[in-house]
Amino acid sequence: MLLIHCPYCDETLPELEFAYAGEAHIDRPADPASLSDEEWRDYLFIRSNVKGTHAERWRHIHGCARFFNALRDTVSDEFITTYPAGQARPDLTIKEAAE
Amino acid sequence: MSRFRVQGKGRVRHDAPVGFTFDGRAYDGLRGDTVASALLANGVHLMGRSFKYHRPRGPVCAGTEEPNALVGTSRDGGAKGGRFEPNTRATAQELRQGLTVESQNRLPSLKFDVGAVNDRLYMLFSAGFYYKTFMWPRSFWDRVYEPVIRAAAGLGKAPDTVDPDRYASRYLHTDVLVVGAGPAGLTAALAAARSGAEVTLVDEHAEMGGALLSDPGVGIDGMPAWDWIAAQLDELDRLGVRRMTRTTAIGYYHQNMVGLCERLTDHLDTLPDDAPRERMWRVRAGHVVLAQGALEKPLVFDGNDRPGVMLAGAAQTYLNRYGVRVGDLAVVVTSHDSAWHAAFDLADAGTRIAAIVDTRASVRADLTEAAARRGIRVLASHTVTATWGRLRVKSVRVAPVRDGKVQGGYRIDCDCLLMCGGWTPSLHLFSHTKGTLRWDDVQQAFLPDRSVEACQIAGAGRGLWGYEAALRDGIAAGNAAAEALGRDAQDSAVLVANDRTGSGVSHKELPTDGDPNRARAFVDFQNDVTAKDIRLAVREGMRSIEHVKRYTTNGMATDQGKMSNVNGLMIASDAVGKAPPQVGLTTFRPPYTPTTFGTFAGYHRGGQFEVTRKTPIDAWAEAHGAAFEPVSLWRRAWYFPQAGEDMHAAVARECLATRRSVGIFDASTLGKIEVSGPDAVEFMNRMYTNPWTKLGIGRCRYGVLLGEDGYIRDDGVIGRLRDDLFHVTTTTGGAARVLAMMEDYLQTEWPDLDVWLTSTTEQWATVALNGPDARKVLAPLVEGQDMSAEALPHMSVAECTVAGIPARLFRLSFTGELGFEINVPARHGLRLWEALMQAGADYDICPYGTETMHVLRAEKGFIIVGQDTDGTVAPDDANLGWAIGKAKTDFVGMRSLRRPDLVAKGRKQLVGLLTEDGAVRLEEGAQIVADPDQPKPMKMLGHVTSSYSSATLGRSIAMALIEGGRDMDGQIVHVPMPDGVHKARITSTNFYDPEGERLKV
Ligand SMILES: [Zn+2]
Repeated sequence: MLLIHCPYCDETLPELEFAYAGEAHIDRPADPASLSDEEWRDYLFIRSNVKGTHAERWRHIHGCARFFNALRDTVSDEFITTYPAGQARPDLTIKEAAE
Repeated sequence: MSRFRVQGKGRVRHDAPVGFTFDGRAYDGLRGDTVASALLANGVHLMGRSFKYHRPRGPVCAGTEEPNALVGTSRDGGAKGGRFEPNTRATAQELRQGLTVESQNRLPSLKFDVGAVNDRLYMLFSAGFYYKTFMWPRSFWDRVYEPVIRAAAGLGKAPDTVDPDRYASRYLHTDVLVVGAGPAGLTAALAAARSGAEVTLVDEHAEMGGALLSDPGVGIDGMPAWDWIAAQLDELDRLGVRRMTRTTAIGYYHQNMVGLCERLTDHLDTLPDDAPRERMWRVRAGHVVLAQGALEKPLVFDGNDRPGVMLAGAAQTYLNRYGVRVGDLAVVVTSHDSAWHAAFDLADAGTRIAAIVDTRASVRADLTEAAARRGIRVLASHTVTATWGRLRVKSVRVAPVRDGKVQGGYRIDCDCLLMCGGWTPSLHLFSHTKGTLRWDDVQQAFLPDRSVEACQIAGAGRGLWGYEAALRDGIAAGNAAAEALGRDAQDSAVLVANDRTGSGVSHKELPTDGDPNRARAFVDFQNDVTAKDIRLAVREGMRSIEHVKRYTTNGMATDQGKMSNVNGLMIASDAVGKAPPQVGLTTFRPPYTPTTFGTFAGYHRGGQFEVTRKTPIDAWAEAHGAAFEPVSLWRRAWYFPQAGEDMHAAVARECLATRRSVGIFDASTLGKIEVSGPDAVEFMNRMYTNPWTKLGIGRCRYGVLLGEDGYIRDDGVIGRLRDDLFHVTTTTGGAARVLAMMEDYLQTEWPDLDVWLTSTTEQWATVALNGPDARKVLAPLVEGQDMSAEALPHMSVAECTVAGIPARLFRLSFTGELGFEINVPARHGLRLWEALMQAGADYDICPYGTETMHVLRAEKGFIIVGQDTDGTVAPDDANLGWAIGKAKTDFVGMRSLRRPDLVAKGRKQLVGLLTEDGAVRLEEGAQIVADPDQPKPMKMLGHVTSSYSSATLGRSIAMALIEGGRDMDGQIVHVPMPDGVHKARITSTNFYDPEGERLKV
C-alpha cells in the first residue's frame, strides 16, 4: 500500500484514504462548442499512458476531500511529488539540479 | 516408544505424548512434533499421492516449502466437522492432541490408488498436455474432458461447511522489521535493538533459532548453539523487541509495508474462547532486514520422488530438532558439503550410512577423514541413475562418472536416500518489491542485486555459508538498519566453534546411462514435472523460462517452485544452450506461502462484509414484515407481504391500492445534495442539461446529468428553495458519484464559482405519498402552507411543518398519481411515517416497497438510470431530449451531443414493448430480434431493460432499448427466451394515463 502526501493536509497517509482520478493537466476547454470533433475526441479520450513520470490526479477522499496532482513513476510506483490542483506541473530537472 | 525416535534427542518433549490419527489409524507423537516428524518417528514415509501421476510420495523437506506431504487436517472429527483444511503441509503443521489427518489424492486408499494408472500413461501427460490433449474432438468436451478434468482438478478437497473461526487484523509501525529468526536474523535484531531502535522479529516456525535448531553441535561465543539462542532471546526480550513466532511474512509491498500472517490456534489442543485463528499484520517498517536463509535443492535423477527420498538437510532437522531418524539404512547423494554433516549426525545417532555418493571428484579432506573415522564408504565422482521400491525406496543404483561418461552401475540397498543439490537463497520477499537479482556463476544461484526499498539482506539469503559468516552478516545488517535510522550502532564480534562451512556445485539432471526419455526425474514434485518435460518444452519452441513454466507448469504449484525453480532453470538453459540469466527467472509473487482466505478477509465477513445502511423507517418496515432488497449499500423494503401473499400478489395489491386511494413509500435513500452560494444557479446550469436560471423559487424540475461523453449519468428532481439554494436529489446508488463529480468540476475546473456542496442524504428522511387521496391524508397535518392545487402545483416545493415537524415538502410524482415527497430531519422520520399511517387509516393507506415503486414508474415510462440506461444511452435515446436547455451554450456533456456517433441513425432508443400474450412477462436482459428464423448468429436489435406484470393494466409491460426503435412504433419483434420465442409489439413507454389527467387532482 502506497503512502501519499496530501499537499493540503501536509500529511503522508495510506493509499486507502485516497482515490485516483485520472491524468492531470487535461483542462476542460473554455468553449467546447467551438471545438472540432477531433479536438473534442482528444479531450475526451486521448491520454498519454506514459512509462515513467506521469502527472495524475488524486483526491483525498477520506480526508480533506480535495483534488490534487501528483507526479508518479509508473514503473516503480514511486510518488515523486504532489502539488495542489491548478499549479503547473513541477519541472523535475530544476528539482534534481537543486538536490 | 516409536521405533525411529531417538531417546533424549531433539527439542520435542519426550515425556509428553500427543495422540493423533492418520487415515483413521491412531498414532502417538510428542509435544513439539510436526505431523511429518511424528509419522516419520512411527516409520511412516508414505503421506500422499502426487497431483498428476498419483505417485506415492513422502515428505521431502522439513519446512513450509514442502511440495509432497500435503494432508487434510481437521479438529472436530473428520472432514465433515468444521475446521477441515485441505493441503496442510504435514511438515509445518504442529501436532496437537486429537488432530485428525487424512491423506489426499487417493482412491480408495493411500497404498492402493486407481488414479495411479496415470503414472503408467505418463507419455500422455507430458509437457503441454493441457494444451494438446483436450483439443478435439469437440463432442468429447462436454462428455469426457470436462467431467474428467473437474473430478481431477485441484489438490485435496474443499471444505464443505462454513469456517467457524474468526480472523483478526492489525496494523503495526516499527523502526526495524527482521524477517527470519535464524542466526543472521537473531544478531540483526539484537544489533538494531541495542542501538535503541524499536525492533520486530518474526519467524514462521514455532520457535526461533532457524538452522541452529538443527545444528546443536555448533558452539557460539563459548556456548552450545541452543544455549546461545536462549541467551539471545533473553536479551531481545529485555530490550523490548517484539518477537512473533508462527508468523510468516507473506508479502513485501511498497514503502516497506510487509504483510504478516500470525497463526494463533492451529497448534493448540483446545481452542480458547473467542480467540482468532489467525491474524493479519500490516507492518510499516522504517527498515527491513530479510534473513530468510536458503532452501536446499533436490538432485534430479530417475526415481528421486519415492517415499524415503528426501533432502539431507531435512533428515538432519528431523534428527536434531525432533529426535527422529528417518531410516535405519541411508544412502546420501550430494553435490554440496552440507549433506556430509547430515550423514555424520545420522551415523552418530545409529543410522547406518551405506554410502556417501558425491558427484564431485574431490571433497574436502576433513570431511572424507570424518567419514573414514565412522567407517562410511565414500563414492566420489559418482551419480545416481535409478531407485527401486513401490511405497518406500529400497535400493538405489549408483555409477561412477569418468570424463563425463557414466560407467557400469550397481545397486545399494537403503531405506532412505538423502539428497542435496546445493542451496538456493530465499529471495521471494525481496523480489516482491522489484528488488533485482543477479546470477552468481560461482554459487550457481541468483543473489540480491539492487534494492528499491530500505532493506538489508543478511546471511544465507545473500549467498553466505557457515554460521560465523551468517552471524557476522546479521550484526552488520542490524547496524546498517540502525544507522539508516540515524542511530549509533556498535560493532560486536562473534566466534563460532565447530562451524559447518562448505560449498558445492549445481547440476542439471544427474548424468545417467539409462534412457533419458524413460527417466522419471522430477524437478517439480507437486506438479509432477520431470526433466524430460522441460526439455520437451524447449524442443517445442519455448525459449523464455516464463514460457517453459506455463507450458510444463514447473513452479506453478502451491509451493511456487521454491525447490524446483533453479533446477528447472538449469535444465532449460542447458536445453536452450544459453546461460541461466539469459533464460531468466520467473517472477515471485505474494503470498510467500499458501495463506488462508480467512486471513485476507479478516473481520470483513458476514455482517461485517460491508456496511448495511438503514433508513430511519427501516425498523417499522421490519416490524411490519417487509421483505428487503439491497440497493447499493442500502437495505430497502422491497414489498410488504400479507399473510399468504407471495411477492407477485403483494406487489399487485400495493399497486392497485396506490392507484385507487393512497400508497406510502420510504424514499429516504434518495441521494440529496444541497447546492448553495451566490453562484449556485450558474453551477447548476453548467452541471445539468436543463436551464435553471428561470426556475422560480418554490418550483422544482426533473434534472438530467450527463458525463462529458454525452451519456446519462444520473437524474432526479431538483427544487429551488432560495435564489442561492437548490435541493438536488439523485438516484439512490448515484449519490456519492454525483457529489464526487460535482466536487471535481467545482474544485478543478471552476474554482472561481462561489458554491458550497453538502451531502444531505442522511440528514433528511423522505416519505412519498402517492394516489388520488394523497392530499386528503397529508393536508390536515400541514401547517404554514396552503395545500390547494393552485398554491402548491405539480412540480413545486415548500418549507412548512408536517405533523409539527419542519419539512421540505415537494409536490411531484414518480407514479403518475398525485404525489408528495415530505423531507423531515432524519431523527423525525419514523414519527412522520407513523403520523401519516394514522392519518391515512381512513383511506386504507398502503405501505409499498421498491418493487411496487418500480412497477408504478414503469407504467408511466419513467426511467431508472442504470436499469434502462447503461452508460451508453444519450438523452435523446431515452426520450429525454426535452430536458435539454435549447438556449444553453454549454453544460457538462453538451458538446458530445453533436458527436458523429450520437447523431447517427440507428442508435438504440428506449421504447415500450407489449407481448402478444399479455400473460407472458419478458425477461429483463432478453435479446430482441426482427426475425426468429434468420440464420445464426442472429442480428440482435437490442434488449429488454424493464419488465413487469402490471395489475393496473391487467397485463405485462416492458421497456427495451432497440436500434431505431422509435421509427418502428407498432411493429412486431421477437424475443427468444428459454421457454420459446415471444412476439411483442413496439409501443410508447407511457402505458398508463398518457395524458397525465391523474396529476390534476
Ligand atoms: Zn488532504
